[in-house]
Amino acid sequence: MATTSTPGGAAPRTSLWGRLDERIGGYAYIAPFFIVFGLFGLIPILFTAWVSLHQWGALSDPTFVSFDNYARLLADPRFWNAAFNTLSIWVISTVPQLILALFLAHVLNETLLRGKGIFRMAMLVPNITSVLAVGIVFSSIFGRDYGLMNFLLESLGLNRVDWQASQPSSHVAISTMVMWRWTGYNTLILLAAMQAIPRDLYEVAAMDGAGRLRQFFTVTVPQLRNTIIFVTIVSTIGGMQIFTEPLVFGGTQQAITGGAARQYQTLALFLYEQGFRNFQFGYASTIAWVLFIVILGFSVVNLLLTRRIARD
Amino acid sequence: MTRTAPPVAEETRTRRRVGRYHAGPGIGTYVVLVIALLLSIFPFYWMFVVASNGTDAINRIPPEIMPGPNFLDNVSKVFERVAMDRAMLNSAIVATVVASFQTFLAALAGFAFAKLRFRGRNVLFVFVVATMMVPLQLGVVPLFMITKELGLVNNLLAVILPGLVGAFGVFWMRQHIAGAVPDEVIQAARVDGASSFRTFRSVVFPMVRPAAAILWLLTFLGAWNDFFWPLIVLGKPESFTAQVALRQIQNTAYVTDFGVDMAGTVIVTLPLLILALVVGRQLIKGIMEGAVKG
Repeated sequence: MATTSTPGGAAPRTSLWGRLDERIGGYAYIAPFFIVFGLFGLIPILFTAWVSLHQWGALSDPTFVSFDNYARLLADPRFWNAAFNTLSIWVISTVPQLILALFLAHVLNETLLRGKGIFRMAMLVPNITSVLAVGIVFSSIFGRDYGLMNFLLESLGLNRVDWQASQPSSHVAISTMVMWRWTGYNTLILLAAMQAIPRDLYEVAAMDGAGRLRQFFTVTVPQLRNTIIFVTIVSTIGGMQIFTEPLVFGGTQQAITGGAARQYQTLALFLYEQGFRNFQFGYASTIAWVLFIVILGFSVVNLLLTRRIARD
Repeated sequence: MTRTAPPVAEETRTRRRVGRYHAGPGIGTYVVLVIALLLSIFPFYWMFVVASNGTDAINRIPPEIMPGPNFLDNVSKVFERVAMDRAMLNSAIVATVVASFQTFLAALAGFAFAKLRFRGRNVLFVFVVATMMVPLQLGVVPLFMITKELGLVNNLLAVILPGLVGAFGVFWMRQHIAGAVPDEVIQAARVDGASSFRTFRSVVFPMVRPAAAILWLLTFLGAWNDFFWPLIVLGKPESFTAQVALRQIQNTAYVTDFGVDMAGTVIVTLPLLILALVVGRQLIKGIMEGAVKG
């Protein structure tokens, strides 16, 4: 390319080549993303809808059954149980987590804070740990007979709890794992957004006589609305697919059913049970597709909400 | 004189108020942060306490809260149950390959989206960003079928191939290239006769290397910690990643032995803790920048 020996043709050739190169190059450089994403992301997701219309076992050929799987799913108490568990764990883990993260970010946003680096690192470290590791550690902490949490409760004169036994207690234990792993991460994100708030907004508020607390509610929170919505979307997408925490919490015997009475089986676990334990590919795809639509619905609602807020 | 007096008064008044806002944080702030710090760290400490004692040492009241002498003992039990060294190597391979490809391909696509003009560029970019909201994990059933069709079940390629690209990476690199590389630089390279790939390789990429490094780290962590899909598709011990092997430690026990479980957890977590100590600042920067740019 550098050896353009054509006399007088160098300049025009470069520009023609340049334009072609830019156009072809543009497509060529984004092509790997679209090819790999299409093959391993988009096609499987779309194919899920098609599989969900079939009766499809590990050894049998697929038979088209129309919406039978959906009718079966909506009449399946295990589905509603898993949906309830998923929502419950999501709420119990997300709401306190966001409030806590907002509070911690506010505290970390102090201008003259010493040891910033250490405290920020403390926010990061839980998040780089694998969910599985978190699950194992907290399963021991929430053990019935020798768990640390029960020891603590007894030391305080309270009754010990069989954490796995009931819906509320198991949901609290699982939510604790989620909170421990994600509160710090969300704190960092909210902190970043807080630092982007113009200083003079606080100065104006301070001149109006607003104290730290008033400033937090009249300046910080409204300015963070978009970030809070973003964090909520992310935690919704993650929370609806929660899988590893309840799996590990169930130990080995009752892992996939989420407890003997399915008291903490989430939708992702139910999907895994149907698809990769019972090899009901059609039925598992139905669960996946319903969950997919629900998550997409959440995301779209959130997006519209963000748009409207941004326009205001 | 009369003109200068009020502004001075105004200024001191403002400064005093602003000054109070800037007054250093009180003791309460530190108490809160130290509690948060302890809660963050305690599970790691507990992990090691259990891993270095036997199950019997923790199964008593009050529980043992100091590290014990049995760590290596428990580690050797881990290796009796599962080939942890092989699994760690597998994870290192998967995470390195995934992070490297994702970063390179994301930088390339980000460059195209930020600096090259071609038809449909904006629509395609919006599409990429939109896919970040799609829970792709839910395509597991067909993904498993496709993988089986390709003969890749129990093969590391099954977890590597889907991870070669990522929408977040493309978005991240596009934002950084758009912000850090002036158009004039691209034009100058073009006038010099550099092809677009040459421009990318010797001009653009060096300018966004720090952002690419952060992306590499975040992707590496994600790949190292990935569990759902590897659990489904990697069933043979030779193909286990560290996370799947960790689960296997629990599954091979007749009675739960937390000492061994936790020793495995320590082995799998330790590399990440070391990584966090070395590059934690960059990771924090990456997470915080990602938030603002998003």
